[in-house]
Amino acid sequence: MDILISGLLLGGTYVLIAMGLNLQYGVARIMNLANGEMIVLGALASFWVFTTASVSPIFTVVLIFPVALLGNWLVYRYLLIPLVRRAKNQGQLEVDSILATFGMSFILVGIVVSINGEYFTYSFLASPFEVLGSTVALNRLVAFVFAVVIALVLYLWLNRSRAGMAVRAVSVNSASARLVGINVEKVSALAFAIGGAVTAVAGVLISTFITLDASVGVMFTMKALIIVIMGGVGDIRGAIIAALILGLVETAVATLIDPGLTLAAAYLIFLLVLLFRPQGLFGKPQT
Amino acid sequence: MIKARMIKTNPTFSVRKLVRQLGSAVLIAGLAFTAQAADTIKIGAVAPKTGPLAGGATVTQWPNVQLWVEEVNARGGLKLKDGQRMIELIEYDDKTNPGEHIKAVQRLATQDKVDFIIAPYGTGFNVAAAPIYAKYGYPQIAVSAITDKMDELTARYPGLFFTLGTTTSFVNGVKDILVDMRESGKIGNKVAMVNVADAFGIELAEAARPIFTDAGFELVYDNSYPLGTPDLSPIIKGAKDAAPDAFVAWSYPPDTFGLTEQAIIEDLDVGAYYTAVATCFPAFAGKFGSKIDGVLGAGGVNPDTDKMKDYFAKHKEITGKDADGWASANTYVSMQILEQAIEGVGEVDREKVTQYIKDNAFDTIMGEISFENQVSNKFWTVGQWQDGVYRGVASSNMEGAAEIKQKSGWN
Amino acid sequence: MNAASVKNLSIAIVCIVLAALIPFVFNGYWLSIALTAMMYIALSTSWALFSGPTHYISLASGAFFGIGGYLVATGMSDYNLSFWLMMAIAAVVATVLAALIGMATLRLSGVYFVIFTLGLAEMIRNLVSWVQNNFLGSRGLYVLTDFTEAHIYWMLLTVSVIVFALGWVISQSRLGFAMRIIGNDETVARHVGINTAKAKVLLFMTTGFFAAIVGAIIAPRYSYIEPNLVFSPELSFLVVIMALLGGMHRLWGPLLGVIPFTLIWEAISIWLPNFTTLFLGLTFLIIVYFLPNGVVGLLEKLRARVAT
Repeated sequence: MDILISGLLLGGTYVLIAMGLNLQYGVARIMNLANGEMIVLGALASFWVFTTASVSPIFTVVLIFPVALLGNWLVYRYLLIPLVRRAKNQGQLEVDSILATFGMSFILVGIVVSINGEYFTYSFLASPFEVLGSTVALNRLVAFVFAVVIALVLYLWLNRSRAGMAVRAVSVNSASARLVGINVEKVSALAFAIGGAVTAVAGVLISTFITLDASVGVMFTMKALIIVIMGGVGDIRGAIIAALILGLVETAVATLIDPGLTLAAAYLIFLLVLLFRPQGLFGKPQT
Repeated sequence: MIKARMIKTNPTFSVRKLVRQLGSAVLIAGLAFTAQAADTIKIGAVAPKTGPLAGGATVTQWPNVQLWVEEVNARGGLKLKDGQRMIELIEYDDKTNPGEHIKAVQRLATQDKVDFIIAPYGTGFNVAAAPIYAKYGYPQIAVSAITDKMDELTARYPGLFFTLGTTTSFVNGVKDILVDMRESGKIGNKVAMVNVADAFGIELAEAARPIFTDAGFELVYDNSYPLGTPDLSPIIKGAKDAAPDAFVAWSYPPDTFGLTEQAIIEDLDVGAYYTAVATCFPAFAGKFGSKIDGVLGAGGVNPDTDKMKDYFAKHKEITGKDADGWASANTYVSMQILEQAIEGVGEVDREKVTQYIKDNAFDTIMGEISFENQVSNKFWTVGQWQDGVYRGVASSNMEGAAEIKQKSGWN
Repeated sequence: MNAASVKNLSIAIVCIVLAALIPFVFNGYWLSIALTAMMYIALSTSWALFSGPTHYISLASGAFFGIGGYLVATGMSDYNLSFWLMMAIAAVVATVLAALIGMATLRLSGVYFVIFTLGLAEMIRNLVSWVQNNFLGSRGLYVLTDFTEAHIYWMLLTVSVIVFALGWVISQSRLGFAMRIIGNDETVARHVGINTAKAKVLLFMTTGFFAAIVGAIIAPRYSYIEPNLVFSPELSFLVVIMALLGGMHRLWGPLLGVIPFTLIWEAISIWLPNFTTLFLGLTFLIIVYFLPNGVVGLLEKLRARVAT
């Protein structure tokens, strides 16, 4: 029971980390290597307002969403669209976006280092909470609840709203989407911006229970990439399921086998999934 | 101009400051060529500003470099036979990458032609850079390097000095405290031990296994966890289920915070709770407040001597942040030793300065320090948070160790 | 041998001789830059042997490099074995591993292959740390040798020359021809009777082999090996970035990426020690936006302009 609950909570954290990238890569086709830095920025913002003005991270979530939304939209509009327009094919765009976002991640690390090179650590809701007889940290539970809410809202938005439908259409096939009159660039920018904003919110929530520093982003980026690919590109359900599987596997291995093997086991599961389903859990077979 | 080269790394949050720093950096880049005044003494410093070790170096290494340089320059510079010379500091970021580090030291030695270099941050970096220091004859007063290979390394590199202690001495420090507590009936003999699966943690855990068992302790839980484990709760849960009397974690900064947070949440009630690096950081107390009263950590300090009080005050005044309760002081001491050796020799002669360090005792904020076979045997091994102050409780030849307190709950 | 290839061969020999003379001319700083550049030349060029023609981007270089460095360190530090023996063992281990990975990933394409290799490298890094922790548990891995930077540089130069020679041989061979067809269209390649699987796996093994050798050679330079530092994901990314910057459709493309990249990197580290990362990032962006086809693309464009 402990394993199930802790594993789900950790999975929730991974959902937060990967959901934004899933939108960015699945719809806008940008393999965003600066994803982890967006998390670090969210965490830094939260740490900053908490330690200087005692602002609750919950409130920071509300603050950061529009800021990150605008910031990511600007990045897409002014830095990435030129790449999209110039790319002759998907491979070209992939290479360019890897290079460009790798550069952006360096820039963001540089900015964060010059603001605060130390660890961002503070205590928020770091108290025990009983769930079905298992003790969990309240801050992790809060993050999990947010993960569930964000995932639900995104899912409903994608499946029930007009705008969401357009986003899904672009994700499935951008050329056909264009034919039916969807403004692909606009939709992609929207998806990229929302993805970035979700990631920044994830950073705020994660900073309440994980100690971050300026250079730690790359670890989150790698985790997010693994989850998105394991789930299958462009399917939000895939990312959620992959994240929960990783959370459960890591917790089970740490509890039952050896905590030293948690990350190795997570990667092993990822590799196995790809070996048997080369297109990820929910991905469509490639043509 | 000299002053402007001393780049500040204050963590104050202000965009204006960032812009100003950027501006001055660009300015410096432009003026660097014209600013090579002949009457300065050039000191190099290479340590991480980015990468996994940057968080620690920003607390322990860089502020002390800044503090020392500003202090020396404020009093007119280093006194040499032919007059006083201001320090010109040249610093590089090694990005926590040994290759980058080696390149930067090469640059300091052959391009910038610095007179002395402040030793690197981290065991691996001190060892990786030792051959170059030796090649150009720079004395290397290593601080943040803990190893059991000191004899071999100092025999190989005649300018390499160690000041922070060996792996074994750190483990023995913890063992002695646990033995004391057991003998006075405060704890039993069940120990839960975990370590981060990185060179540092592996070495300490490896040294600790036989030492703890020989001292009659039973290791009821002994596991490692990978660097960057996002959820440490299974480890604390596992340790708690083993019902230990003492908990020892050979941990690194992010996990030192993570383990302690989980221990509080799980209410891991042990008589002795030890986490290694960063337990002595001001941010540790900042995060947990009074809950960590009685927590043991790697290294220590005697905060009550006048010299240490002065040092803490100046550190705060000049760098804008608090020193940590361990290696901050050692790092500063290493520069005091360098300073006194240079002034003792009275000229920029690296061979003579190295010899001077070997032959003399130095008056530092940690008392008198001297080297025997290039190793100083005066250092703190264990400290404890007591009523909001981090105090050394076990040491090798240091005075003023505080009485150990038994940990009682997390309040 | 026709006139053109004689000319190319002579240019190559002159370059090699000049490169071999660097340690006599420069010592210290410039040598250490040349050494870093040579390390990336060997890594990026051997990486591009596989990724250039197939367009499969592998992020596993760090894993192979780490195997080289780590095995040398373990062998020398824990078992007192010779450097050369460990280098040979590391090369064999990495090649076998590459063969396994190559066969396992045949069904993967595009981004799935990229992230698979990244995940694999991370799994190896964690497994090695775990094995080190539980079974080897040495008191630190020290690689103390009498090699100077010049020795290490010459070893890396030798490796690079072999990589180039091999690359040239492959391009002239049936295998190279097969690879080009695979790169253009894998289905076509299969239809014309090319054993695509064998060709891909063979080239991937080459990449693994060379990365491990380079890792082994670098180990004495680092002196102290930490699993988390030699199995660096950053290295995998840098190898890719440098090769892409140079341009991958020519054998000498990565070379033209590595050299400017190393110099720019160095210049920024010197001029802006407190903002190195920030300005490196800006430089990347400038490269992406203004050098879309890499250095090779730029050169070819210039040449075309001169020709017309």
